[in-house]
Amino acid sequence: MSSTAQNSPNPLPLRDRMKIPRQPMPEQAPEVRAHNYAEVNLGYSPELAKQEALRCLECEKATCSQNCPVGVDVKSFVELIVAGDFLAAAAKIREDNVLPAITGRVCPQEDHCEGNCKLGRKVKPLGVGYLERFVADYEQRMGFHAMPKVAPTGKKVAVVGSGPSGLTVAGDLIQKGHKVRVFEALHELGGVLVYGIPEFRLPKQIIREQVDYMRKMGVEFETDVVVGRTVTIDELMGEEGYDAVYIGTGAGLPQFMGIPGEHFNGVYSANEFLTRINLMKAYKFPDYDEPMLDLHGKDVAVIGGGNTALDAIRSALRLGARKAYVLYRRSEAEMPARAEEAHHARQEGIEFHMLTAPVEFIANEKGWLTAARCVRMELGEPDASGRRKPVPIKGSEFNLPLSVAVIAIGTTANPIVQSTTPGLGTNKRGYIQADEQNQRTTRQGVFAGGDIVTGSATVILAMGAGRRAARSIHEYLTSGQW
Amino acid sequence: MFKILEAKFLAPGIKRFVLEAPRIARKQKPGQFVILRIYEEGERIPVTIENSDPERGTLNIVVQSIGKTTHLLNSLNAGDSILDVVGPLGKPSEIEKFGTVVVVGGGVGTAMAYPTAAALKRAGNRVISIVGARNKELVILEREMREVSDELLITTDDGSYVEKGFVTDKLRQLMQNGTKIDLVLAVGPIVMMKAVSEMTRKDGIRTMVSLNPIMIDGTGMCGGCRVLIDGKSEFACVDGPEFDAHKVNFEVLVQRNSMYRDAEQKSLTDFKECQHAAQPAEACVPGGR
Ligand SMILES: Cc1cc2nc3c(=O)[nH]c(=O)nc-3n(C[C@H](O)[C@H](O)[C@H](O)COP(=O)(O)OP(=O)(O)OC[C@H]3O[C@@H](n4cnc5c(N)ncnc54)[C@H](O)[C@@H]3O)c2cc1C
Ligand SMILES: Cc1cc2nc3c(=O)[nH]c(=O)nc-3n(C[C@H](O)[C@H](O)[C@H](O)COP(=O)(O)OP(=O)(O)OC[C@H]3O[C@@H](n4cnc5c(N)ncnc54)[C@H](O)[C@@H]3O)c2cc1C
Ligand code: SF4
Ligand code: SF4
Ligand code: FES
Repeated sequence: MSSTAQNSPNPLPLRDRMKIPRQPMPEQAPEVRAHNYAEVNLGYSPELAKQEALRCLECEKATCSQNCPVGVDVKSFVELIVAGDFLAAAAKIREDNVLPAITGRVCPQEDHCEGNCKLGRKVKPLGVGYLERFVADYEQRMGFHAMPKVAPTGKKVAVVGSGPSGLTVAGDLIQKGHKVRVFEALHELGGVLVYGIPEFRLPKQIIREQVDYMRKMGVEFETDVVVGRTVTIDELMGEEGYDAVYIGTGAGLPQFMGIPGEHFNGVYSANEFLTRINLMKAYKFPDYDEPMLDLHGKDVAVIGGGNTALDAIRSALRLGARKAYVLYRRSEAEMPARAEEAHHARQEGIEFHMLTAPVEFIANEKGWLTAARCVRMELGEPDASGRRKPVPIKGSEFNLPLSVAVIAIGTTANPIVQSTTPGLGTNKRGYIQADEQNQRTTRQGVFAGGDIVTGSATVILAMGAGRRAARSIHEYLTSGQW
Repeated sequence: MFKILEAKFLAPGIKRFVLEAPRIARKQKPGQFVILRIYEEGERIPVTIENSDPERGTLNIVVQSIGKTTHLLNSLNAGDSILDVVGPLGKPSEIEKFGTVVVVGGGVGTAMAYPTAAALKRAGNRVISIVGARNKELVILEREMREVSDELLITTDDGSYVEKGFVTDKLRQLMQNGTKIDLVLAVGPIVMMKAVSEMTRKDGIRTMVSLNPIMIDGTGMCGGCRVLIDGKSEFACVDGPEFDAHKVNFEVLVQRNSMYRDAEQKSLTDFKECQHAAQPAEACVPGGR
């Protein structure tokens, strides 16, 4: 192992760094947080952050950064934490990642930075996400410092969709002196970050502050505009005079299972369930007008094993559910949710039924859900995704009594922009075709990225695409070359 | 913020608004709707665009007081604002020269059917309109409908205006007296649309209805507006709101629309009690408007 890096602020020899245990994230007790909407994780104190930062080996080949989709310079920002210069650490992260308060909370770190941390080979990996979150929150508390104004280029860019991908493009391009306007279909800005991911995992205030910061930098936002309906891409590039357009409309359409009874009262798509709660604040009814079924004392199940499924079922628990189940047709090893969320969900008392899938919903004579008929599965041969395919076990059917079922089995492409933009190429599944390096679509001046190109993925991948797009849009605007 | 330029009751509990919404006004086609949210704590509700003026940048909506949100909306006046208006949403009505078209409007459904009736007339169809209401006071858009119809028939449930009866009575008469009908468009209460659908099914007359499930986003994202069409789930906000009546499962629509009845009832009762005590509507919504 290499010796301590020169000029390192870390006084500890490598051996001793490995002896420090990974600093646990302070969190609300499971029995308390299961009944409130406040954030589960409370965040590191400066002392905890410094202690955790001391564990970093400052590897010469920083594999952590290599495995971060936007290449955050982990080693350098962690050294700045050790040195106690938290604002400089935040600035360091911002060079590669404009939304650290968000990624620190929601990245599947085990698949990226932390999954490839050298410490992880012997002991627990460095808490990169926790540290990223810490400096971002610290910076937010101190107030962002104003960015130097850049000379205007006279070029105008329209960004469609205000999810993490669109916000990244807007943030990057405004710093190059272009005029940027973001068009959003909903009344709130932030995409899935506001309508999907619940408050207890990602406080909405964080997104609001990020957006305010961008506003201060000069980004303009227009909500209530469904591009393709309220205005088309052709009109934006025609009479409205935009020189380039970035499409970051996300993978928004919920999939259903196509099994009998999906229309019964009490059967929700995860999108509707979470939108009512997060965007419309139905959990604050009657202070907010949007209603929600009263879940107190009810048995609720979610179908699926991703982040969406866990967000839905943990929300149901917080809304008073008596029993809260996760039904997943594969086994635990295949669950795509973030490891921390599955761990938190279990602590809160969510029951996991692996290798189980509903085949029919059953209702009373008034059309209200009373049960799901389920079947147990076993894992067979690997399927197209490389995961072992679940196969129903004959004769294993059983009825699970339920009042509410939430379907969280994935989403498909939102077609509105594609179907109203002539010449915009799509793939078989309806997602927009874009070059993997420069995010160019088949239409000159039109770029796309995030979930609308890849299908549902992650916040950081959507931001990575946004970053590449911003670079490529800037190149196009300055060179005029397509 | 979307400014209300004009607001006027057409009948008790039914009000027409002219809203400043230039982007939407430019794009609106008959059969499309907007989703609006009046204030920060409010819900999003869908409302059909009754008319628009692209030059002036305005659109008209006609709203009937049903629950809290529509009661609150109908308490607003010229000069007030609505926080969010988004659209135009949904598929436009199919406008072609079909031949003879019967447009059936029940209650506030008349306002929702009006733009399509007008477009069908412009497309060269013979338009026979049947407008129904509970009583004389509630007959709306009579003049407008007359302008775009070759024939206008009116019924009232209590017989206080023109003729006592239901819109289906008039439709049956038309069918019985040998009028060759190429298309029926029915917009109104679900029971009315269902009755029309049953009546035309036997003769195989093509019939369109405009469905009104509960909506949130209106862009296909939430799936809450799903309706059962020919045994399959479709999203009314993007696949509709107009559907082939003979394929619609109306029972499921009624059942799904009842999902939040208790909560809606509570919202309305609280709102009315507050209004009764405090008078101005803005005192009855958190944070004013
Ligand atoms: C419940 C849930 C939990 C998740 N949890 C995690 C997690 O923990 N970690 C993680 O990394 N990822 C998570 N994800 C995935 C992640 O949120 C997405 O991959 C990411 O948000 C994609 O970003 P995006 O910018 O491409 O699109 P989105 O975030 O989907 O944003 C698209 C935006 O475009 C708007 N829009 C759509 N069509 C139009 C139009 N025609 N005109 C104008 N605006 C339009 C939409 O309203 C939306 O605001 C989760 C997803 C969900 C649903
Ligand atoms: C495409 C479409 C176009 C419409 N156009 C018009 C119009 O032009 N004029 C008009 O007055 N009304 C129209 N409606 C109906 C209008 O949206 C509802 O009356 C309104 O949402 C009721 O809200 P509320 O809070 O006042 O009543 P609530 O207390 O919410 O509801 C009372 C009853 O209205 C129905 N309802 C509730 N929420 C909705 C919802 N989001 N969408 C539809 N129905 C609902 C339910 O059956 C419920 O039991 C339209 C609905 C749709 C789907
Ligand atoms: S952005 Fe995400 S993946 Fe990259 S370092 Fe930060 S937490 Fe890790
Ligand atoms: S791999 Fe781990 S130990 Fe090495 S520099 Fe990155 S975070 Fe530090
Ligand atoms: S209203 Fe959400 S999908 Fe139609």
